[in-house]
Amino acid sequence: MKTLFKSVLALLTISLMVVSCVQNSNDSSGALSSSKAEKVYVAPGEHDDFYAFVSGGFSGQLAVYGLPSGRLFKVIPVFSVDAEKAYGFNEETKPMLNTSHGFIPWDDAHHPDISQTNGVVDGRYVYINGNNTPRIAKIDLTTFETTEIIEIPNSAGNHSSSYVTENTEYVVAGTRFGVPVPQRDMPIAEYKGNFKGALSFLKVDPEDGGMDIKFQILMPGFDYDKAHPGRGDSHGWFFFTTYNSEEAHSLLEVNASQNDKDFIAAVNWKKIEEYVNNGGGKKMPANYAHNVYDEHTHTATSTMKKEVLTVDPTEVPGAIYFLPTPKSPHGCDVSPTGEYIVGSGKLSADVTVHSFTKMMNAINNKKFDGDAYGIPILNYEDILAGSVKSGGLGPLHTEFDGKGNAYTTFFISSEVVKWKLGTWEVIDRKPTYYSVGHLMIPGGNSGQPFGKYVLAMNKITKDRYLPTGPEVTQSAQLYDITGEKMELLLDFPTVGEPHYAAGIPADIVAKNSRKIFRLEENEHPYAAKTEAEAKVVRKGNEVHINMTMIRSHFAPDNIEGIQVGDKVYFHVTNLEQDYDVPHGISMIGANTSELLIMPGQTETFVWEPKQVGVWPFYCTDFCSALHQEMQGYVRVSPKGSSVPISFTLDDDAVDAE
Amino acid sequence: MKKSKILMIVGSLLLLGLFAFPLWNITLEAPQYPTPLGMEIYINKFADTHEFDIKNINLMNHYVGMQYIPETIPEFKIFPIAIAAMALLGVLFGFVGKYKLYLFWFILMTALGIAGMYDFYLWEYDYGHNLDPKAIMKFTNEDGSAMGFQPPLFGTKHILNFVAHSYPRAGAYFMFVGMILTLIAFFKGKKEAKR
Repeated sequence: MKTLFKSVLALLTISLMVVSCVQNSNDSSGALSSSKAEKVYVAPGEHDDFYAFVSGGFSGQLAVYGLPSGRLFKVIPVFSVDAEKAYGFNEETKPMLNTSHGFIPWDDAHHPDISQTNGVVDGRYVYINGNNTPRIAKIDLTTFETTEIIEIPNSAGNHSSSYVTENTEYVVAGTRFGVPVPQRDMPIAEYKGNFKGALSFLKVDPEDGGMDIKFQILMPGFDYDKAHPGRGDSHGWFFFTTYNSEEAHSLLEVNASQNDKDFIAAVNWKKIEEYVNNGGGKKMPANYAHNVYDEHTHTATSTMKKEVLTVDPTEVPGAIYFLPTPKSPHGCDVSPTGEYIVGSGKLSADVTVHSFTKMMNAINNKKFDGDAYGIPILNYEDILAGSVKSGGLGPLHTEFDGKGNAYTTFFISSEVVKWKLGTWEVIDRKPTYYSVGHLMIPGGNSGQPFGKYVLAMNKITKDRYLPTGPEVTQSAQLYDITGEKMELLLDFPTVGEPHYAAGIPADIVAKNSRKIFRLEENEHPYAAKTEAEAKVVRKGNEVHINMTMIRSHFAPDNIEGIQVGDKVYFHVTNLEQDYDVPHGISMIGANTSELLIMPGQTETFVWEPKQVGVWPFYCTDFCSALHQEMQGYVRVSPKGSSVPISFTLDDDAVDAE
Repeated sequence: MKKSKILMIVGSLLLLGLFAFPLWNITLEAPQYPTPLGMEIYINKFADTHEFDIKNINLMNHYVGMQYIPETIPEFKIFPIAIAAMALLGVLFGFVGKYKLYLFWFILMTALGIAGMYDFYLWEYDYGHNLDPKAIMKFTNEDGSAMGFQPPLFGTKHILNFVAHSYPRAGAYFMFVGMILTLIAFFKGKKEAKR
């Protein structure tokens, strides 16, 4: 018995030692991870090195993060209404979401791209595509607000979008779905040969970044999946991956995966631009919305455009070629020098890389392998620069560090693979958690990447965070890529699906960020720029309240003479001219969101009182020590009441200052 | 021309710097103002250090019942005339070249300067003590008297959550240097006369 006891004790001691050993080894990895923590630690009050603009996918928004910390600064509403900022709720921004289908409060935001000058990100604007009801938006990086949205006609599933050329000459929007052009009532089964794929080139105004559809190329009805512009020597070309060159219209997962190779379409947009400038192309009736937000009136206007210029590719010989690329290529990425065009066959293990020089040689020697709908097909072997035998599965997207390396995500094998341009050898591979889609290196889509970090954006997270019911957080992962091997530094949760991102050194953008809107430049038709200008005016059953707000009161704050059935417009101007002093306003029973009004800005909400009484409104943004006192009342009388309109502050007429 | 003459003329002309540069500055620092609020005092106007600072100082001060900093004050009419006249007089004295006049000018300028400072102090006192009886926040000193919010005439002072700095600016330095030059002109002129 004693020996048994002793041996149990001995076993216990040994197991304790083992446990403590294991703990020790955990501690040592803890010490290691603390050095990783230092790499992402941005001390309180310090600023991050990079902005990352991470699209929200199905959230329809664009989130602004700092790197390397992964801290979230702002969610910019783009395609989805946002009650917090009254985007799509106030009268001023409702027109931003107007389309040929009417007001659409949501879209699927995919590919942000930062404007460029001479092939370098310049930090003026971010362009981003709405996938579902095809649209391209422009976000102004002085205000970090959406200031323009243009609808894309003849397009569906606006996915090979919204990439800018190296001097932001164009923003490009390609259709994913083939559709009848123009839209018409016809049998779906007659897809093949009849549906078209429109590639739209939006000319950008160099002054204000404004967009206008210059031309649409009506391509065969393949699915145009991803795109990137040529740069450097290949500037003037644009490359689009395609799948479903089979032109299947049903059960695409099988029927669009039959061809061993689909294509990358190489489009010489300079040639087509010249053709169009010389009067080429055909004007086609269309109906699409162009919505522009004016910073001075603080108001958006929506204009319906009725015409679009289309180009039949067969009428511009020498402008478009098909580059055969294996296995339904998805990502279409161009190296910083513009020489290599990387097509990632998403059903393949390998990454195919085409050479721009070889492509030009093949074109000049007219070495074609037949054509598709009159568009010449080049020989795969003639244009191939090499292929990366990665050992991974399901390559999707590639970005570049500017030091001769490329980084490709592998969705199926959940990893990022680093490889060398030119030798195609694999240098390193690191797992992602899990099922990575896009990745982003700041400036990685330009001629000058800032190769310090790569951000991998994952489609699923499973067990990586505390669970939150069936729907768990989405996530991005940050890797240090300054060394030979990549090093995973940080996981951080994101808003919506982190579909894709654009990054830029912080100093390029931060110095241009606006602090306030100047009251004297406010041209809103209902602005009250001083308390003396505040007023309440009845026009039939419409009542317009021109109200002001400043710490810590509204003027007027007592309003009488409103009647049940009136349509009451609160036009509220924030008189503050100090940084970071917004005010909010909300009215009991108003069927809309609050307003969140920046200094010098005017916004409007509508309230239709349904009940007699005295109803309060208040400031919703904690503005000062007297924030709770920032409130007021509206007296609502029965319809037809004789109570006259009156509006006061401290029982005095507001204009009696 | 004698050195003393040149010094007197140059010294007097330096007063004109007050037309280009602010005389004085009051700056208010607080944690929530990483960029402090500031007011530049010229001989003819109040100006923002950073755009809208005065508006924002007024907004802060209304919580304790202080009056708005006025758009203009009577002094803004008097000061430029007095400075221009003194500069002219100094140049005139320089050309006349009598060293006793230099001292007279210096004493007169000093007297005017002291009067100006006293006037400024009176305004400041009123600004800091003449509070709205309906002030949102009323503070009292330990002895029970109403707390004043007068910024310092010269130096640095804590006022509630603010640290107030009150110091001369370039215009004042032009004036000081100019006045010292006229004093040197006096001594130099005296020496020159003895020779």
